Amino acid sequence: MSEIAAVVVIGAGPAGLAAAAEAARGSDRVLLVDAGPRLGGQFWRHGAKDDLPQAPAPRWHHGWDTYLELRTDLERAEAAGRLEHLASTHVAALDVREDGLLALHLALSPTGEQLTTLLAETVVLCPGAYDRQLPVAGWTLPGVMAAGGVQAFVKVQEQVPGRRVLLAGTGPFLLAAAASVLQAGGEVAAICESGDLTGWVPRGASAALVPGKGREGAQYAALLVRHRVPYLRRRVVSRIHGTDRVESVEISRADDRGAQVPGTAQVLEDIDVVGLGWGFVPQAELLLQAGAASRLDVDGSLVGVVDGEQASSVPGLFLAGEITGVTGASGAVAEGRIAGRAAAGRVSGRAAESSRKDASARSRHRLFASAMHRAHPAPAGWADSLDEGTVVCRCEEVTLAEITAARDELGARDPRSLKGVTRAGMGMCQGRICAAAMTCFGTDPLEAARTTAKRPFALPLTLGTLASAEEGTE
Amino acid sequence: MTSSPAPDDHVRITVDDVPLSVPVRRTVAAALMLEGRQAGWRVTRRAGAERGLFCGIGVCYDCLATVDGRPGLRTCLVQVADGMDVRTGTVDV
Amino acid sequence: MTARGTDVLVIGAGAVGAAVAHYCTLQGLSVRVVDRGAPGGGTSSRCEGNILVSDKERGPELDLANYSLALWHGELAEHAESWELERKGGIIVASRETSLVSLRRALTAQREHGIEVQEIDAEALLALEPHVSPGAVGAAFYPDDSQVMPMQVVAHLLALARGRGAEVLPYCEVTGLMREGERIIGARTTRGDLPAGAVVDAAGPWAARFSALAGVHLPIAPRRGYVMVTEPLPPRVFHKVYAAEYIDDVGTSDTSLQSSPVVESTPAGSILIGSSREQVGFSDAISREALQRIAANATALFPFLRDVHVLRHYHGFRPYSPDHLPAIGADARATGLWHATGHEGAGIGMSVGTGKLLAQALAGHRPDLDLDPFDPARFGDAAPAGGPR
Repeated sequence: MSEIAAVVVIGAGPAGLAAAAEAARGSDRVLLVDAGPRLGGQFWRHGAKDDLPQAPAPRWHHGWDTYLELRTDLERAEAAGRLEHLASTHVAALDVREDGLLALHLALSPTGEQLTTLLAETVVLCPGAYDRQLPVAGWTLPGVMAAGGVQAFVKVQEQVPGRRVLLAGTGPFLLAAAASVLQAGGEVAAICESGDLTGWVPRGASAALVPGKGREGAQYAALLVRHRVPYLRRRVVSRIHGTDRVESVEISRADDRGAQVPGTAQVLEDIDVVGLGWGFVPQAELLLQAGAASRLDVDGSLVGVVDGEQASSVPGLFLAGEITGVTGASGAVAEGRIAGRAAAGRVSGRAAESSRKDASARSRHRLFASAMHRAHPAPAGWADSLDEGTVVCRCEEVTLAEITAARDELGARDPRSLKGVTRAGMGMCQGRICAAAMTCFGTDPLEAARTTAKRPFALPLTLGTLASAEEGTE
Repeated sequence: MTSSPAPDDHVRITVDDVPLSVPVRRTVAAALMLEGRQAGWRVTRRAGAERGLFCGIGVCYDCLATVDGRPGLRTCLVQVADGMDVRTGTVDV
Repeated sequence: MTARGTDVLVIGAGAVGAAVAHYCTLQGLSVRVVDRGAPGGGTSSRCEGNILVSDKERGPELDLANYSLALWHGELAEHAESWELERKGGIIVASRETSLVSLRRALTAQREHGIEVQEIDAEALLALEPHVSPGAVGAAFYPDDSQVMPMQVVAHLLALARGRGAEVLPYCEVTGLMREGERIIGARTTRGDLPAGAVVDAAGPWAARFSALAGVHLPIAPRRGYVMVTEPLPPRVFHKVYAAEYIDDVGTSDTSLQSSPVVESTPAGSILIGSSREQVGFSDAISREALQRIAANATALFPFLRDVHVLRHYHGFRPYSPDHLPAIGADARATGLWHATGHEGAGIGMSVGTGKLLAQALAGHRPDLDLDPFDPARFGDAAPAGGPR
């Protein structure tokens, strides 16, 4: 590997794996940087033994064959000296330099130690996404998790983080999370879906665009029926009870805004894990650090603006996967392929050969995703009947009452002012978890989304690390 | 067949001085939950409330503990290792 | 569209603008405050909230600092909790015998001008700050140095002003000035014409741009500074602690990057770490060099910080004034135009004094302190070479 990489792919999930595999066909200086110890990202997250030769496909995984193909491609490229994989490495910051090169500031994950700088001619940013969260009374109790966290736990531990799980929020991912709980031997008390799914038939017209999604949905449905898991529509969690951990959960009907309807509460006893998720939030901090153009997607996510080659507004910076709009793994693979080819093509000066197959897959998945997002909106009315004492910012323990007081009495009318006055979003997670809630207090949704996604470091770094940063290549 | 440890091998860690035997595939968070039988292990500054695993993927910084003397580590991202020392409670540098 | 006129129109809703509004309403003046962004969204939300006497030399700046200090701890004391006022005290640490000698010289002069300061030896320093580097040879302790949470100051001062009828218009950008002959009689804004008896420039580092709209030269330039914020910790730093070199950085007019450690904790547990000074216009380009130097300086002063995580960093633009004095008062070159800007890194601390003095002048009273040294017209009409951008 020479000093300046031709293509650096950030993230080894579906988009990143595909981007790295394609880039390595067109370039021999490709670097794949990923925070995880193993390839796969969140979607194909797995344990060490799943990578052993002849290991069976983990039963909670979809598209495992695609993963194995991509992994094989990467292993070949690595053996040929065209690609290097930096595992357990987090990109803490991404700068665009005056000479047009991109500077990546890398630190070890998860400790944030050993800061080094890497220069790249092009970067394919595939940072993925995490569960969108909205506050609910009792959600800080141990046992309450992100729905994605429940599934991630199953994928590596091959066990459920508790015994009886309630999944709540919105979107088809709740079905996938429920299925993995069942497959790992857990019990699912119910799935609460805030939407009413009018106009959304998973096996209907939109699903025909992407047959794989239809099959996946049908498998989940069969599994849920077999285990008699209630799938409750227009139902939200209105309060989670417990003294030092989750014990029971109160669910209520949801109105058209997704707000809990007072007086409709019903208590589900004997719950020890609650998995919450309202869709996904792309990790946008590196996108914003680089100064790339962004926009709001159908689901309210802040995403990067890309052209047909997945190029962002910053020369040399390509985007693939959820950062361009939450579309799921298959769409991400298509985008990753296009981006990886385009990035290598930019470096070599040879125009990338466009693949009609990838482009068509990309548009089908995007169409499917926007139909899905419209059917599963994150409820605008989440705060309507919320207990005033509910913690909104988990890190700094800022309550809804404190936020509304700052808004009404002190005139703080946007997330940044509210952060300054109440500390909401100032804590360890740097507003990642409360961002969806805090943007609702802004008057300009796009500006609010950009403000809450702006983080100068993508992970905390120690001062000792910062003091001894190796900025040798600059 | 090989000399590398089988994936279901166990390692020994200590959690607040209590020894635990846990499968090698565990993250520290999972070991705390499954073998340590703890739901929460970090105490918040303001309410003094317990927190445990939330996002599960390194985003929320709720599951922090001190591992081998290193404070503030996200236990959902740290893989157990033989002889590892885990300290829970208030994260204190 | 023309709104109803007010006695005073304040341009800029930072700490200085908010203090001007607060004290003007106390004088019985009708007030409107506009800001092109959210209140406190500029320099006030990107600083440390210092109320310092320790970095001042004798002269009008020290007088204004002392006057302000008396207000913070006097008539404004009832709000101390809402803006997290802490009289934490400042400590200047000398790490070498040579810097101790110059520190001694400085504090002797300061003491003559009424600043309360004690020289402390290495042992006494460790008693006050047990985690400071054992390499320190001596220090000066300033019990009056204080700190506030600047966003809270802005929010609460504006709330007080609003309670007495002031109107605050965020996201309202000034596009020009209204005139009657030579006299300025209000501002044209993106939210309509706003007539006023007096227009007050509280635009901080953007004061030169605003003043240009009024046709006057005011060489206030942005001087960028970084602050790093750590994870919340149990109390480990008890005062505002900085190195003797900081004083030199504050007093210099050098435009290149200077950095010297300033370390202090906040009531929320985070430690704020500064500081750097560089004149790069309003550039947002990250200076990795500045961050590295700040980290290296801070860990030298407090070795335990090596293992402490930084969650974020931010930079702000201090309103730098070529002679290190703010511009406060009526502008003789443009009737109807007043200024309250150019405090560089001391704007939060001196905001209340500035606001009170300016309000007295606006109400036609003789200000408690003579404003002549702060005369906005002192810079002359022509832009000197290397002036504001």
